[in-house]
Amino acid sequence: MTLSPSVLSVPMAPGVLPRCAEARCVVRSNLPVNGEYRLLTLDAPPEVLDCQPGQFFQLLCPEPEGEHPFLRRPMSIYGYDAEAGQLQFLYKVAGAGTRGLATLRPGGMLNVLGPLGQGFSMPQHWQDLLLVARGVGLATLAPLARAAQRSGRRLTAICSARRPELAMSVDLFRGYGAEVIVVHDEDGSSTPEALRGLIEARIAAGRVDAFYTCGSSRLLRLLQDLGQRHGIPGEIAMEQQMACGLGMCQACVRPFREEGGIVQRRVCREGPVFPLLEAIA
Amino acid sequence: MSAADLSVRLGAMTLANPIMPASGTFSEDLADVFDLDLLGAHVLKTIMRGTRAGNPVPRVCDLQGGMLNAIGIPSKGIEDFRSRMLPYWQGYRAPLVVSISAHTLDEFARLCAEVSLPGVAAIEANISCPNIEADGNAFAMRPDTTAEVMRRLRAETDLPLWAKLTPNTGEPVAVAQAAEANGADALVTANTALGMAIDVRTRRPRLGNGMGGMSGPAVKPIALRMTYQCARACTIPVIGCGGIATLDDVLEFLIAGASAVQVGTATFQSPTVMARLVAELGDWMQAQGLASLSEIIGSVEMPEGEAA
Ligand SMILES: Cc1cc2nc3c(=O)[nH]c(=O)nc-3n(C[C@H](O)[C@H](O)[C@H](O)COP(=O)(O)OP(=O)(O)OC[C@H]3O[C@@H](n4cnc5c(N)ncnc54)[C@H](O)[C@@H]3O)c2cc1C
Ligand SMILES: Cc1cc2nc3c(=O)[nH]c(=O)nc-3n(C[C@H](O)[C@H](O)[C@H](O)COP(=O)(O)O)c2cc1C
Ligand code: FES
Repeated sequence: MTLSPSVLSVPMAPGVLPRCAEARCVVRSNLPVNGEYRLLTLDAPPEVLDCQPGQFFQLLCPEPEGEHPFLRRPMSIYGYDAEAGQLQFLYKVAGAGTRGLATLRPGGMLNVLGPLGQGFSMPQHWQDLLLVARGVGLATLAPLARAAQRSGRRLTAICSARRPELAMSVDLFRGYGAEVIVVHDEDGSSTPEALRGLIEARIAAGRVDAFYTCGSSRLLRLLQDLGQRHGIPGEIAMEQQMACGLGMCQACVRPFREEGGIVQRRVCREGPVFPLLEAIA
Repeated sequence: MSAADLSVRLGAMTLANPIMPASGTFSEDLADVFDLDLLGAHVLKTIMRGTRAGNPVPRVCDLQGGMLNAIGIPSKGIEDFRSRMLPYWQGYRAPLVVSISAHTLDEFARLCAEVSLPGVAAIEANISCPNIEADGNAFAMRPDTTAEVMRRLRAETDLPLWAKLTPNTGEPVAVAQAAEANGADALVTANTALGMAIDVRTRRPRLGNGMGGMSGPAVKPIALRMTYQCARACTIPVIGCGGIATLDDVLEFLIAGASAVQVGTATFQSPTVMARLVAELGDWMQAQGLASLSEIIGSVEMPEGEAA
């Protein structure tokens, strides 16, 4: 029997469209990308493929032998293609949930919930975009790079990694027309000081309208400082431990700076993408 | 959709069906996933009078067959409830149940009076949250404190008043009877069980608050036991809550004596689960040829010698 992707359909209130859906997807492939990362490609029903770059899914991970991940695990959308009916995740095997994902074989099923959260915005006047990301954070920025290319923006991607060979997605970003700069820990090119020089030179040349980044506190602090000094806006995709992923349980809050003081926001609902200057490292 | 009559009575209230969300695991955000008017009632996250930040992260961690949470009732306060939440929920047909809590009797009583507003169908007194006092202490740990708080709340409202109990007490029957004797119109059994988990590598608790409340399938036998004990010992209706995820779970609680059930953690695994349970319960009633759920509520057949 061949399985086909489908949504668990439930009645909606009249006139209301589901914002997200729970769907059964079929695994097309689940391949190691390098030692640490795997690329999971799913056949997904159209109901879950109206995605925005920066949004995420909650994956109901299978149980690896001897372990029992209970809650869903959040994963950024790495790729989505409504025409091909495909959804992709790039993940790092970290614990029980992601070890469970690694057991998926072609033809197997995965229950996903999504798309969730607020994605990146790309106002018209942000023409020269600078992406700075490290590790699996690059997964989050991949669909943004594709959207930037489609709307004719100029794109520079600084990919940071421990070793040059671990700088994933270099070809992918190049494929989206980005100028790619790989920095790494082994030669010291990835330190905040080194990056500061690199980025300031580009700002001086008038080539940065906005920053996009994710995850790393060090990168956040650097970009906030540069953003403040040079009046450059930006956005960051953030993470937090989650339970529901929908905004119901308040598990995933983080503090943010607002006009009136510090406020708590839900990463799953108000985020995961937030204005760079409001984020707190 | 099945045509079966799923209505249940909870004292003076009638619910279209016995499936409702558990406090703290439900919000308007679920309307993005299914029509919330399919539910028997809407139970909101516990509110407190003032604004509260809630506990440090991580606020949740997962376990085999369940999870721990120490959210800590972040609250936007009574004003946000009146001006924003109440008008939103009044847009639905399903009855609105407002969960309230407080540290002191005076604050609890005042909040109870303040939320007794048109559009509110019942008040659920959360006298059992393990996450707001040290070591999980709460009014519902003891019969005397339960009696005192329920008496104060009863004096403040004419609305149906539900008492949400805790599985952490050693005297569940005495607590349930104290709630009934002091004006509770229904009991909710139960809140989370106080638990803990430690990361062996770091030797730190896996929750930012140290301890937290356990929920999910692993606690179901405890909540079911308590539902049975309370239904047997009290005359007011009991609402079962704890680990419910499947149709059989719902039926188990009804057979044990619950008149309705609340579904919490299961919604995190499958946000559509409550809509499915309503449909499956209807199909089951038809297949069984039952005219009313009252035919199965409390129908447990206990072994000889065991008081039923
Ligand atoms: C919005 C969002 C998008 C994400 N996108 C990706 C992605 O594209 N690729 C990817 O590999 N990972 C991503 N993550 C992180 C991923 O969710 C966690 O690595 C995963 O949940 C770990 O689960 P586990 O069971 O394998 O490991 P666990 O044993 O649960 O945890 C292993 C380690 O990961 C940490 N962790 C667990 N859950 C989270 C979480 N929700 N957020 C941050 N850290 C966590 C734990 O504290 C622990 O240090 C994302 C997280 C969020 C919130
Ligand atoms: C994340 C989370 C938050 C909760 N918040 C509340 C709350 O604010 N008030 C309350 O009375 N119970 C709260 N509970 C307890 C649930 O309402 C319910 O009693 C408990 O989780 C057991 O049911 P379950 O196993 O179906 O989740 C919370 C539970 C969870 C998991
Ligand atoms: S994970 Fe539940 S509110 Fe964000």
